[in-house]
Amino acid sequence: MSENENNLLDVAPGAPHSNILSETIAYVIGLALALILTGVSFWVASTGVLWGPGVAAGLVVLAIAQMGVHLVFFLHITSGPDNTNNVLALAFGVLIVFLVMIGTIWIMSHMNANMMPGPEMTNLQMQH
Amino acid sequence: MVVILAVLGTAFWVWRNGWWPYLRDEYITSTDHKRIGIMYIVLALLMLVRGFADAIMMRLQQSLAIGASQGYLPPEHYNQIFSAHGTIMIFFVAMPFVIGFMNFVVPLQLGVRDVAFPTMNNVSFWLTASGALLVNLSLFIGEFSRTGWLGFPPLSEKAFSPGVGVDYYLVALQISGVGTVLTAVNFVTTILKIRAPGMSYLRMPVFCWTSLASNLLILAAFPVLTVSLALLMLDRYLDFHFFTNDGGGNSMLYMNLIWVWGHPEVYILILPAFGIYSEVAATFSGKPLFGYRSMVFATLAICIISFMVWLHHFFTMGAGADINAVFGIASMIIGIPTGVKIYNWLFTMYGGRVRFTVPMYYLIGFMLTFVIGGLTGVLLAIPPVDFIVHNSLFLVAHFHQVIIGGVVFAIMAGYTYWFPKAFGFTLDERLGKAIFWCWFIGFHLAFMPLYVLGFWGATRRMQHIPDPTWAPWLNVALVGAVIIGVGIVLTVVQLLYSIKTRDQRMDVTGDPWDGRTLEWLTLSPPPHYNFAVLPDVHGEEAYWTRKQTAIKQDALIKEPDYKPIEMPLGTPVGVICAFFASVCGFAIIWHIWWLAILGLIGSFAVFVWYAWQDEHEHIIPVEEVRANARERRRIRMEHLHTLSQST
Repeated sequence: MSENENNLLDVAPGAPHSNILSETIAYVIGLALALILTGVSFWVASTGVLWGPGVAAGLVVLAIAQMGVHLVFFLHITSGPDNTNNVLALAFGVLIVFLVMIGTIWIMSHMNANMMPGPEMTNLQMQH
Repeated sequence: MVVILAVLGTAFWVWRNGWWPYLRDEYITSTDHKRIGIMYIVLALLMLVRGFADAIMMRLQQSLAIGASQGYLPPEHYNQIFSAHGTIMIFFVAMPFVIGFMNFVVPLQLGVRDVAFPTMNNVSFWLTASGALLVNLSLFIGEFSRTGWLGFPPLSEKAFSPGVGVDYYLVALQISGVGTVLTAVNFVTTILKIRAPGMSYLRMPVFCWTSLASNLLILAAFPVLTVSLALLMLDRYLDFHFFTNDGGGNSMLYMNLIWVWGHPEVYILILPAFGIYSEVAATFSGKPLFGYRSMVFATLAICIISFMVWLHHFFTMGAGADINAVFGIASMIIGIPTGVKIYNWLFTMYGGRVRFTVPMYYLIGFMLTFVIGGLTGVLLAIPPVDFIVHNSLFLVAHFHQVIIGGVVFAIMAGYTYWFPKAFGFTLDERLGKAIFWCWFIGFHLAFMPLYVLGFWGATRRMQHIPDPTWAPWLNVALVGAVIIGVGIVLTVVQLLYSIKTRDQRMDVTGDPWDGRTLEWLTLSPPPHYNFAVLPDVHGEEAYWTRKQTAIKQDALIKEPDYKPIEMPLGTPVGVICAFFASVCGFAIIWHIWWLAILGLIGSFAVFVWYAWQDEHEHIIPVEEVRANARERRRIRMEHLHTLSQST
């Protein structure tokens, strides 16, 4: 392998590439990984390889891996020094999404427990 | 009919005077952040008049419809008015004002020539204007929503609101929401990526910090609004059941989602207002802002905590004790960084040489008013208290106190403060103070009685007042609203008078207030490219340091090497896109599907057309830049020379 070729491949997946060939290769690798993870998810869900209740956990792991692949290969998040802004923005986004999601689930479970109307109430629109 | 005549009349007048080419080239198609900022503020001022008309109608109705009298507004009309008032005041007055200031000020303060995406900026403005147009169209064609400013289901569902009102509301907010999100993308990118050399994060003026925080909040919160409104649209248009009581829907999910957006929204408005107060406090106290870093950290703390309090908008709707406790405590905690800021402004004034100009009046008025508003807010954050006064006029008084006392006062302060930068002459000081007193006194007369009535059990949104003993308080509130109205009329008078007598108050130096941040370095009004060379920033208060060095040495920095400047061309993309968006929105409201599809294709086609254009920039020749800059240096030198003589 010549030094030139070596340089070609010696780039972090998310970092900008100097030539179109290596950039294309990075995208193809990303696409392949994304497809494999998607395929594995379907496979895990439709066979009995995993212990029944473990399927959900397995899917969550695969989903997080899928997000990682998207972030690195398609959205070009790296740990490089010039990427601090993107990483911080991502961290802010993740924080907010978790606050909103967990808060919503918690609140809605309370609402459902405390405020579930009886059958005469659920039929409100029918009587209207 | 009158409005159509007025619009046509204005259009004819503009054409008759030959102003149309100027208006078209310098404003409508402009990609200049300053011009776009001014257009936002003009839109906001117009909408303020509309929103205030709604307010005074409500106050009049509540003063008239007591006991046996039914007043002059039937319930279905009254409901439209309070819905329109809330919707317009938040989405088309407060938001455009705040975004207008960010547009005008942020690139100047950062010492750069424009925002990151100038064409997108133009599109953002016109989409906001398109939303405003649709809301106002509902006055003439059809009706407006009767479901309050947030359109809670199940009332806003097709079964209970079969008319086009809710559709007007939904479509207008969706279109203007796209504009707002694009603005946020633009400003987050600008502030993070485009700053003058040496302008590190901790050297940015506080207004830039608060704008950054506010835009991050827009970016995180507005998609939630878009999704909630989109789900409600699916319910109304395609018979989905997200929020209906039958078919497995849950209307509480809408309350939850809309307040996930709604609470950050109030911080989206108040954070830039805090930024304006910070600039005003430092400038007119003649000393650096006290606790700059604590100000930045307080801003960022508010930015995060604002996403942890939304449940306090529906304490009483069925959450258990532990949830209410957690969100109640979080709501009280968010008062702490705000308190830090209040102390910082006070300490900025302490020991300073305070000049009592109009913006300073607003700052002091704000601190007096906002602290009381904040305290009633902490009161409302206690769930047991909230169970007693929720949905009452107490709540109405509270949020008007923080929005008028916080956001509106800041808007008026910023308007007076940056007006000379935008147009090259200051506003009349005497009228400015009169306007301040109208707002200050009018506000207290209009809303303090509502606290009392709220404690007595008066609920909000009442078309008819059953208890005649409330009449005196309601009449005081009406008087207050009239005084605020006088203030708004005086604002128009002040503008016209100041234009007429502008020769007496020309700002030739570009620095009428002895400012501290970079916007005062350039001319008033600044050239399209803002700065002939991007300023080198050393330390906080970039311009102040530079000015003091120049005064001490009685000389400006060495004349730099001027280069030709590349600036974006104007573009009709925004206005054409917004035209098609309005057509599409109107068609969706009235279920004219072929027209809606046409509108969508049209607005998409504009972007494709834009993408195929080759030339987006033009070059300003170096001779022009040099000539302007030399003239500027001469004026500054003269000005600084007189200053250094006097010290």
